[in-house]
Amino acid sequence: MKEKVIMSGNEAIARGAYEAGVGFASAYPGTPSTEILENVAKYPEINSRWANNEKVALEMACGAQAGGLRTLTCMKHVGLNVAADPLMTIAYIGSNGGMLVVTADDPGMHSSQNEQDNRYYSRLGKLIMLEPSDSQECKDFTKLAYELSEKYDLIVLMRVTTRVCHSKSIVTLEDPIPTPCKKYVTDVEKRAMLPAMAIKRHIIVEEQLAKVEEYANNCEINKAEYNDTKVGIITSGISYQHAKEVFGDSVSYLKLGLTNPMPGKLIDEFCEKCDTIHVIEEGEPFIENAVRVRGHECTGKDKITIQGELTAAIVQTSLTDKPLEEGYTVDVKPADRPPVLCAGCPHRGFFYSFTKFRDKVVALGDIGCYGLGVQTPFFGEEMCVCMGGGFSTPIGMDIALKAQGDTRKPMGFLGDSTFFHSGLTSLIDAVHTNSNIILCLLDNSITGMTGHQQNAGTEISLMGKPVKRIDCLDMVMATGIDPERVHVVDPINQKEMDAALKASIENDGLQVIVTRYPCALLKSVIKARGKKHIEVDQDKCVGCKMCMKVACPSLAFKDGKAYVADVANCTGCGLCSQNCKVGAMITVE
Amino acid sequence: MTKNIILVGVGGQGTILTTKVLSKGLVELGYDVKMSEIHGMSQRGGTVVTQLRYGDKVYAPNIGDHEADLIIAFEKMEALRALPYLKKGGAIITDDREIFPMPVLTGEQEYPEDCLDDLKKVVGDVSLVKAADKATELGNVKAQNICLLGALIKKLGLDGIDWKAIIKETVPAKVVDINLKAFDAGYEMV
Repeated sequence: MKEKVIMSGNEAIARGAYEAGVGFASAYPGTPSTEILENVAKYPEINSRWANNEKVALEMACGAQAGGLRTLTCMKHVGLNVAADPLMTIAYIGSNGGMLVVTADDPGMHSSQNEQDNRYYSRLGKLIMLEPSDSQECKDFTKLAYELSEKYDLIVLMRVTTRVCHSKSIVTLEDPIPTPCKKYVTDVEKRAMLPAMAIKRHIIVEEQLAKVEEYANNCEINKAEYNDTKVGIITSGISYQHAKEVFGDSVSYLKLGLTNPMPGKLIDEFCEKCDTIHVIEEGEPFIENAVRVRGHECTGKDKITIQGELTAAIVQTSLTDKPLEEGYTVDVKPADRPPVLCAGCPHRGFFYSFTKFRDKVVALGDIGCYGLGVQTPFFGEEMCVCMGGGFSTPIGMDIALKAQGDTRKPMGFLGDSTFFHSGLTSLIDAVHTNSNIILCLLDNSITGMTGHQQNAGTEISLMGKPVKRIDCLDMVMATGIDPERVHVVDPINQKEMDAALKASIENDGLQVIVTRYPCALLKSVIKARGKKHIEVDQDKCVGCKMCMKVACPSLAFKDGKAYVADVANCTGCGLCSQNCKVGAMITVE
Repeated sequence: MTKNIILVGVGGQGTILTTKVLSKGLVELGYDVKMSEIHGMSQRGGTVVTQLRYGDKVYAPNIGDHEADLIIAFEKMEALRALPYLKKGGAIITDDREIFPMPVLTGEQEYPEDCLDDLKKVVGDVSLVKAADKATELGNVKAQNICLLGALIKKLGLDGIDWKAIIKETVPAKVVDINLKAFDAGYEMV
């Protein structure tokens, strides 16, 4: 089969895994990596599953590859921080079946809390580092990763970026390579990483990396393209495409697909042939430093920004005098259009209730849809760090507030998937020490922000099989917390929600609020809702705008009256109508 | 010569599906194609920008300021927001549909009602395509995207392949007919 199709980088990685005969794939969702595993799941030959977090995903894959299967584990860049503990040691264990870890970095922070450059993990962890620059390379490098991992007994880390993951380009499909599971043979010296064994393994890893460096100097994916040698550009990943866009065939290129170990001899050879060297890379000076360490002069981060995502225009203005094309300007400015909580979102009920108590609490949030509560008109989040942080940061904040005589109570919140990911361990600390805080578990029965991935709380697995549903409320109760401290509420019902917050503020010690209401975008919820929506009786509406306070995107206000502007998306949840004092809001089925 | 197209709308309007049909057709026409879409938080009612480039050989997948030949806007204020992408001499196709964002709904900011007039004053080539109205008339506002696609195909002169066959294999079966009608209607609207 040699069919040509247009695919995203994420789809191409999944296809590469299929063609390489991968037997096991695991991930925790996170933009921009999520669609890799979603596409892997379309190949029934691969046993694929969502894990509770990235560490669990990587450890499961370690078991599978040690057992003899080729494995794929995918995560967003910050997810690799969670998985870093096992990764650093799996690197010593090496492979039986080939092992590929994909890190999807997010320069420009389209949907992330930082823009760390995970290429450094390859040095830290002694991993082979690959950097594809388009969808075809995503597929090709994925397949190559398994050959390298098995040949050199090392782990491969492939770094893709948002623009590689989410851009589409043409890919030639090939047939899968039959890859039977290798035999598992006990080898304690290789896999039981206690000091006596790990000391010996480290020596082997260094020897193997030296061999990969030789390979890197002579391989297909580290390639010089010689044109005029006045200017030579060293680049990798998506930056290669930007460089080609700007310079075409007028300069020479050293395009690096394998950047750890760095191909030193190849870099020396290229730098000697070219008069001026520019290193073009997104993020940190990863290649630049390697070039400089070898004694070559070059430009790098002194010319091209360390921040954000590169474009051809940035490359052009940073390295040439050629002006950009002209455009148009008008005086009028568009209104902002930030992402918002959807119509019918249960989190809106939680945040609206919070606004009634905002002076009495310090709201500390987490990663997920509820992060949108930070915005107008709720302003319901004062800190957001990482997955699980919403349940741990309040514990410390409580100590600090007490130290300054501030009587407000810290209130942390996170969702069901985040709770399974890493909120549970924080909750145990809070229960164990009876922290004087409020922890809100916003259970909407799904992993929402990344687009509805299954988690431990769902009844169907990624591959569509029935699985045991874990109830997050059961997990809360399993800590042994006094049941009087736990409030289970419908967040849309403001009487219930307000009462729970009020009691949690007034009662001393740890209080846990579990809000239970499914995401409005779940297919089952949409089906059950039918045509249910709200209508505003224009004769009764007095234009008090109380309904508008809940900030629902379906509601609008015109000519002194509220009305449902977006009937198709109004779920009839009734959060707005609870605020109507004149009975103008009617639920229509 | 590479052509740069910006498709812009609001989460849920179907810009990404439109680009899917468009890119499949461009591959069939023998072009090198790269498209770039950013998803994640932008799905929650935020602005959605999809960038599509085609030509003999395309390198970068994204389009910078003053680089777009054509902006196709599914919502009129989004045409205004996308203006910085447009190069001198470029064109805009836009619907006049209005979707109020949260800061307008809460009264903190004003919706620029007359922004199409402002755009027409500086950009020579602005085509208004009432695709949402047409799709509503045909029975489903969601066919707005394929109606705009019809206009886009005509504008760019991308005839010569069976676009309807691609629409058929891309949109859900039960809405095929309405989308084909929307495509024809859009084709006649520029």
